[in-house]
Amino acid sequence: MFKYLFAKNEDIPAGSAAVYFGYSSIMWFIVGTGLGSFNAAKLAFPDFVYGIELLSFGHMRQVHVLAVILGWISMAFAMAMMYITPALGNTKLWSERMGVWNCFLWNVGLALGLFLLWMGVTSGREYSDLPWFIDLVVIFGVLFPLALNVWMTIKTRRTQGIYTTNWFFGAATFMVMIVFLVGNSPEFFSLTGLTEAYLTWWFAHNVLGLWITPVAAAISYYIVPKVTGNPLYSHRIGHLHFWSVVVFYSTPAAHHLMSAPLPEWLKSFASVEGVLILVPAIAFVSNLLLTMTGKWKMFVENVEIKFTISGVLMAIPLNMQGGFQQTRAINWYIHGTGWIVAHAHLALLGFSTFLEAAAVYYGLQTLLRRKLYSLALANFHFWMLLIGFTTYWTSMTIAGLIQGAGKIYEVPYIDVVIAEHPYMIARWVGGTMVFLGNCVWLYNMWMTARAGTVIPAGRLPHELAYER
Amino acid sequence: MAFREYKIGARMFGLAFGTSMFITLYMPAVDIANVSVTATGLHRQLSFGRMGGFGYEDPLLTGVNKPVSVILKTDPKSGSPMEATRAYVYEAGVPFPNGLRHPRILGKGPGELSASKGKIAESSETTGAVFVVREVEMNGEMVPYIENATAVRGWNPSDTMQKVSEADRFQIGKGKIMFVREGCWWCHTLLPEETQDWQYFGAPPMLGDFNGENPTAFGSDRKAPDLTHVGSRNSSREWMTLHFFNPRMVQPHSIMPRYDYLWGDVDANGNKINYSAWYASYDEYSAGKRVYPPEVPEPAKDSEARSLIDFVLNLK
Repeated sequence: MFKYLFAKNEDIPAGSAAVYFGYSSIMWFIVGTGLGSFNAAKLAFPDFVYGIELLSFGHMRQVHVLAVILGWISMAFAMAMMYITPALGNTKLWSERMGVWNCFLWNVGLALGLFLLWMGVTSGREYSDLPWFIDLVVIFGVLFPLALNVWMTIKTRRTQGIYTTNWFFGAATFMVMIVFLVGNSPEFFSLTGLTEAYLTWWFAHNVLGLWITPVAAAISYYIVPKVTGNPLYSHRIGHLHFWSVVVFYSTPAAHHLMSAPLPEWLKSFASVEGVLILVPAIAFVSNLLLTMTGKWKMFVENVEIKFTISGVLMAIPLNMQGGFQQTRAINWYIHGTGWIVAHAHLALLGFSTFLEAAAVYYGLQTLLRRKLYSLALANFHFWMLLIGFTTYWTSMTIAGLIQGAGKIYEVPYIDVVIAEHPYMIARWVGGTMVFLGNCVWLYNMWMTARAGTVIPAGRLPHELAYER
Repeated sequence: MAFREYKIGARMFGLAFGTSMFITLYMPAVDIANVSVTATGLHRQLSFGRMGGFGYEDPLLTGVNKPVSVILKTDPKSGSPMEATRAYVYEAGVPFPNGLRHPRILGKGPGELSASKGKIAESSETTGAVFVVREVEMNGEMVPYIENATAVRGWNPSDTMQKVSEADRFQIGKGKIMFVREGCWWCHTLLPEETQDWQYFGAPPMLGDFNGENPTAFGSDRKAPDLTHVGSRNSSREWMTLHFFNPRMVQPHSIMPRYDYLWGDVDANGNKINYSAWYASYDEYSAGKRVYPPEVPEPAKDSEARSLIDFVLNLK
């Protein structure tokens, strides 16, 4: 990697940046899920580690969240953008060298930011915990170069139209910079009180709604048609998805503070808009599932489709929860409980992670021109993720319902803690399975680069048979 | 990008995204900015100081440059006894909370009163100041305001600190930093819900209760009791001391981490704290080999634990 930082653009092999991003994302995924498992162990067994400030739950919880969001998910997005955007424009990445620098600065900046966070240097705001100077590095050192590369690659494309995936990539890279700039303004300008609280959740909502959800969906708009060979079921429904994300998904931020003293009109507005999240959700899921017509056997046989369609199917419960749990009728029961933790993991570890994993699997094989090393290990990874996640989600949902019941029946809080204990153990087991599955994944992808079957020119990876 | 439809598309995108930002940013910001601060909001911001997260004055979140909250029983200037009054002492150089300088944060009534009756414009960070929260009746309503007691009553910070006993000093500002840094708010919310928590965790906050506070640290994932009014439910410093050192000593089923590391090296009497010996005796106690648990050291007055306990006891 380092040798390409100062090489001429034309001397850097096409796809290098995407490959570096791909492996970086897997490593951050291992870090993030490892921290998650470690933290979950502390909730199940509070005297598991003690007496060391840096190993305490309060110092590591936010490192887990941001390692996963900015390390795993966002780097996998950058990887996908750096190989899918040029592929859809029948061109090369606008600047391969900027891509390599982007990956280098991203890893350095994120490591620095997470280190400071671990030390306790925090803004005290959930999801935008990083201190403001790290936010500036993220905006101008990480997100802007990525956006510029995506936009210029779309501009210099050699095809006539712009495919759905690239609309999402182009718009989401723009929107995420706005979200970071505006969402961190409480720190830039010392905003206080309810403005600060509202903007904290404005950021948290929009980083999911305008970055993670649309980009993950955009990836599947590429992977499913590419691997199955079916054209996208409907370009028009793609339009509906895109525009309803921009119009509806960007507005319900206040539904995260339904029980806070925010203006009532804002909460009601956010709640109604929140239900309208079902519009892009239904458009997305139906479009992708209908694209699968006639190729459903690939859901079983093909690793990339298995991951992608699992992710798409998980978008159904995700959005059903997301659309309705924020209405006043339901929110009073589950607000602030483990239900929400389960829902957040359904979004990031269920829906989104499965789509990105497919993009990383597919991208690394295409770029390295090597067939996946082992199908068995990939299936093992899939099932470890799926069973681990399901264990996590089920246990946290039950814990959340217990907590909600405890809340409305005014049960002494310690009884809720006692009742949740078995589910805390189950959550730790599920999280640990995900972590172990990811370690196997890194090994599999490492061996793919070293020993995978070479893919002949003109062939796609899934056209070759597996050898192991 | 030569196609007409992309030009239209880009403009439509700008319109759609811009409208959504107008509704979700501009309109709430204007609405929230018109809210006047409550007495609770004034007490909160004066006790916390300027920033509770990362900031220039305390980049590593160690709790320096924070005000001290005190209970005054004698007038610092005349020395004569008076009714117990809560005052906020800003020593020279300690940054003031945002509400004192920002034109809008206090809101209309409290802002005007703080300027006219409270003389807050005459306060200076370089010399320090003592602030008190007062209330007067205006149009049939009690309106709170900040009084710069240094200008109005001649109470300067050093005289004030001399008149206050150790038991009446609370390092709430430093404690808020500890609350943020140690991640207490990952499990303990600071926001009783409007729908459910009246009976158990107390009244939910009002609109103006947070003006001037940053970060508000409401918390979102409640794995432990809400702390907004915890000082009213449990005001025992001894209980808090045991609970922070090892929560299992007072609540065997608690999953809260031990915060014994906030005690630092020495206890209140200057004796070195022997953690490994403490752990060994505690393990014997939990194994049933000892009848009593080991003594929990009293935190030193400049320790992080002391300030965190001060903060929690004053959440009322």
